[in-house]
Amino acid sequence: MSQDASATFVNIGERTNVTGSAKFKKLILNDDYEAALDVARQQVLSGAQIIDINMDEAMLDSEAAMTRFLNLIASEPDISRVPIMIDSSKWTVIEAGLKCVQGKSIVNSISLKEGEEPFFEQARKLKRYGAAVVVMAFDQDGQADTADRKVEICTRSYKLLTEKINFPPEDIIFDPNIFAVATGIEEHNGYALDFIEATRRIKDTLPHCHVSGGVSNISFSFRGNEPIREAMHSVFLYHAIQAGMDMGIVNAGQLAVYADIPENLKERVEDVILNRRDDATDRLLEIADEYRGAGKKRVVDLAWREKSVQERLSHALVNGITDFIDEDTEEARLQSERPLHVIEGPLMDGMNVVGDLFGSGKMFLPQVVKSARVMKKAVAHLIPFIEEEKAKNPSATSRSKGKIVLATVKGDVHDIGKNIVGVVLQCNNFDIVDLGVMVSCAKILETATAENADIIGLSGLITPSLEEMAYVASEMSRLGMDTPLLIGGATTSKVHTAVKIAPKYDGSTIYVTDASRAVGIASKLLSDTLKDDFVDGVKTEYEEVRAAHERGQNKKKRQAFTDAQSNALKIDWSSYDLQQPNAPGITVFDDYDLAELAACIDWSPFFATWELRGAFPKILDDSVVGEAARALYKDAQVMLQQIISEKWLTAKAIVGLWPANTVGDDIEVYGDTDRSTVLQKFHMLRQQMPRQDSARANMSLADFIAPRDTGITDTLGAFVVTTGHGINSHVKAYEDAHDDYNSILLKALADRLAEAFAERLHQKVRKELWGYAEDEDLANEELISEHYQGIRPAPGYPASPDHTEKGLLWDLLDAEKHTGVSLTDSFAMWPASSVSGLYFGHPDSRYFGVGKIGRDQVAHYASRKGLDQRTMERWLSPNLNYEPV
Amino acid sequence: MTTSRQDRRAQLTAAIEARILVLDGAMGTMIQSYNLDEAAFRGGRFKDWTHDLKGNNDLLCLTQPGILSEIHRAYLDAGADILETNTFSSTSIAQADYGLQDYARELNLESARSARKVCDNVTALTPNKPRFVAGTLGPTNRTASISPDVNDPAKRNTSFDKLRTAYFEAVEGLVEGGVDLLMVETIFDTLNAKAALYAIEDVFEKTGDRLPVMISGTITDASGRTLSGQTAEAFWNSVRHVAPFTIGLNCALGAEQLRPYVSDISRIADTNLCAYPNAGLPNEFGEYDQSPEEMGALIGSWADHGLVNAVGGCCGTTPEHIRAIAEAVDGKAPRVIPTVERKLRLSGLEPFALAS
Repeated sequence: MSQDASATFVNIGERTNVTGSAKFKKLILNDDYEAALDVARQQVLSGAQIIDINMDEAMLDSEAAMTRFLNLIASEPDISRVPIMIDSSKWTVIEAGLKCVQGKSIVNSISLKEGEEPFFEQARKLKRYGAAVVVMAFDQDGQADTADRKVEICTRSYKLLTEKINFPPEDIIFDPNIFAVATGIEEHNGYALDFIEATRRIKDTLPHCHVSGGVSNISFSFRGNEPIREAMHSVFLYHAIQAGMDMGIVNAGQLAVYADIPENLKERVEDVILNRRDDATDRLLEIADEYRGAGKKRVVDLAWREKSVQERLSHALVNGITDFIDEDTEEARLQSERPLHVIEGPLMDGMNVVGDLFGSGKMFLPQVVKSARVMKKAVAHLIPFIEEEKAKNPSATSRSKGKIVLATVKGDVHDIGKNIVGVVLQCNNFDIVDLGVMVSCAKILETATAENADIIGLSGLITPSLEEMAYVASEMSRLGMDTPLLIGGATTSKVHTAVKIAPKYDGSTIYVTDASRAVGIASKLLSDTLKDDFVDGVKTEYEEVRAAHERGQNKKKRQAFTDAQSNALKIDWSSYDLQQPNAPGITVFDDYDLAELAACIDWSPFFATWELRGAFPKILDDSVVGEAARALYKDAQVMLQQIISEKWLTAKAIVGLWPANTVGDDIEVYGDTDRSTVLQKFHMLRQQMPRQDSARANMSLADFIAPRDTGITDTLGAFVVTTGHGINSHVKAYEDAHDDYNSILLKALADRLAEAFAERLHQKVRKELWGYAEDEDLANEELISEHYQGIRPAPGYPASPDHTEKGLLWDLLDAEKHTGVSLTDSFAMWPASSVSGLYFGHPDSRYFGVGKIGRDQVAHYASRKGLDQRTMERWLSPNLNYEPV
Repeated sequence: MTTSRQDRRAQLTAAIEARILVLDGAMGTMIQSYNLDEAAFRGGRFKDWTHDLKGNNDLLCLTQPGILSEIHRAYLDAGADILETNTFSSTSIAQADYGLQDYARELNLESARSARKVCDNVTALTPNKPRFVAGTLGPTNRTASISPDVNDPAKRNTSFDKLRTAYFEAVEGLVEGGVDLLMVETIFDTLNAKAALYAIEDVFEKTGDRLPVMISGTITDASGRTLSGQTAEAFWNSVRHVAPFTIGLNCALGAEQLRPYVSDISRIADTNLCAYPNAGLPNEFGEYDQSPEEMGALIGSWADHGLVNAVGGCCGTTPEHIRAIAEAVDGKAPRVIPTVERKLRLSGLEPFALAS
């Protein structure tokens, strides 16, 4: 995940805590700060986003220890890059810590334990130091144990902080106390449930705050039995996170994967955590000893294993088999004079075969990505030996064809295509520096300069990324760079690249259609003999594209906005058979059945992601790509089953249905049917192509909702769905295993599930929640081809191309709170596997493209939105029929 | 015509909403041009002082007040809206090098008074373009986050509390001397700046009156980080709790090198942005030779792209540079302040956010 992406649940490393880690305590007491620093470093390396530091130990001068350790951390950039949680029950230790950190930290903790006066004094000081704060559910009557007490104290603390001293609510993190369950004492049985329930109520009623807790407390009575403790932590977190817990002090290394917990154990642990039966503790104790490690066995016997090691490596590469790659690579290494020779010899030979087969259309992208996975694993095996050799003889280095820096630009989160391009280039011996998603221009250009990159490749999917790419190009020009710039991604095009990006950059800018072209283009750019002709050719071609575009522009007449408005689509509202929604207001789906969604997947775009063209299911029998498609489909089905049975992903959604009317070209959404309070106003754009008759109206989505002056109370819907929660850990596990194939496959499947969810949810809305088409009965293919009444257009797409409207949709639905989907600066949704849009139910509503619009409409639109025209033009850049000043 | 502090604050707010404001340029560069010798620095009052005083520019408010006023006046005539007091090193910590730690409060008070007077005189001449005084708080010559001893990384030659005490005294002097704003600038260690900001809040609490605060960090090189290692966004997360009037960057880099970081902050900071680079990068003699026209064109391009609300010049800039900058931004729209989503925003050396 990139640096400015927002986290949704934060693991706080707990191993630098003398009260929680015997090892750390021993190191500090023995004055071995160097080893103590290694503990901190290890936590950051293994993914802790914040580290908790606690020096509360009677044998220590805690203030001095806190100061010294934080000062040491300040000198270690690989540790101090993450924020610190300064943890102590003594205010003097906290304050000593605050005086050592230049970043913005979290203080853990303050509470009403000693009454309001010290609470206020401490909170005021925290504001002055600039720190966020953990507030314990603790008051003068003691620590809160029941859900009611937890909520009461947290609510009181929240009000005191936000109302009396203006403490920012987003900087408040409540710790409603996690206590041990299954202790044998009956009153303790409800403690986990009390925490979960309190969390839900706190998150529902106290805006912007967060909930955290020390998770290991819950399993205290099972000390010594790690498998049981891990299962308890995981089950507890699973439920607490759903209730809104968004931070936790957890040892991430000691956390079972929820889906991997054996069913029998999971059920009994869940009985304990959720307090589902009186004998829950006894039943968990009964089986506690059984869970201590389990092995897996596998037998493979294949003829190709009898061949020479060179042939085996080649076979493994071409067929994408990783099972034996480590041992084969090791055997080849022992036979070679230098480890590098294994790469330059048999491995590159094998990859050349793959490259030839791909180039001649005999292998397809999914297979090539699998081959790359084999290659990466082999190289990973060799790297330690190469490093060792390098240490002895620094001149022994490998030579790649060239270095390419790749990035998905700032504001955008989509990276499947970019990852595929990276893999394909790596297979062809290019050195790839992949900066990930949401990468700032400065970072891209700095890296390119520092790495002495030969080529820079930019990717993006949503339209605002086009502007960002143009910005990168202009920055490259301004900095006098001449590195070739490659442009790719779903909304990019040759025309856009030629017209909007290439003119901003003096070096060469080249549009790359898909991954299969990337190798050819990169090779030509780095060839001494071919480069000049190629670059000149592209320049000439783009000049022609620009000239053609210019000529086309002149033809693209637009009529006046006022004329377009008077030629709006005219619906006869008097005959409208209006259906009021069955479920008005908001409906939330916290955990939708993935199996049901899997059945609704539209597979054709899935194959297109892998550059296999053809409609599903015919593609499986295609004479050319059929074999590759079948293998890919089989892998996809296997993974899909895993996703479902092990619950890798959580599908969440929200639907809202409200009274609405059109006012001008805006759609007002009301809080009640008498339409007295406007909850939100959506702004719609209108086609301006020259049209006269109403048979071909100048359409706007606003036309599909009854105008307010008709007196009819119409309905507008809105929705957000996501299937991206949970994906990160699995993607990371694949990436750590050098398995790009499965990482890309998982992302592609999550995208498909999100689309399927959007389609399924729309059906549910038509038939149940809104209910205007209760009798609709369509097969999946008919759903996919949209044979139904009503549409679900998304902001940022042709019928309403302004991405910023998505922000309004988010506010109206409180979508981030309900679905955990956030928006980036460019209004991309995170997690990426998400879909959103508006619902229109009128039978005449249909999809259309707004197309290019005139300055008159942009000015009108900007003033309706309360934005200045320049800002508006930036967002609408792809739709402007004129050059903004 | 002298206006009250409240009136001036309203004028300041109105001015920064209406146009891109211009700060003055370098003080040191101008003082050098007077070729002052040791005796000139000492003046009458310090003629028997035990330490060498040549190079202690901040002392000139006591020993050569006329020179200071001349330089201030030259910048205002060139078109600057905001004067910075000559107090970059006027803390007891920085003045200790000259044995003048006990004069810190007086230096701040007199520098502020001197700038105030020049400002009020010029405002009286051009009442429709009011001028303002920003009380400058430099980084001091010590750092709270970095060890002075490579063999002992936990060691520090100053502390948060020492810095806070020194800044408190300086801020009191500046406020009493009549400044309109306070400016924590050339921040190479954010912990030093946090101590200054803490002290400022202490003074506000004591006087019961809040002044607008400007904060300006220093990105030291192409790593895009401060000397103490923070990225621009991490730096912003560390100081945004005081809701500053402006956030921005100055020094170390020329306008060209500074631009990507200005652009980064411009996108994330929900307050005014103020940036004042050096006149290019120093040449092999340590001199700055970017011409006023070159610098004006670069900063004009910032304005064209809507990146800034206030601009000025740091090392190597002269009244001619400021004139060119003022002309380059004249009539151009100030940056539109973005709306930023409410999130728990933390930082180490890098930023971190958790959505609500």
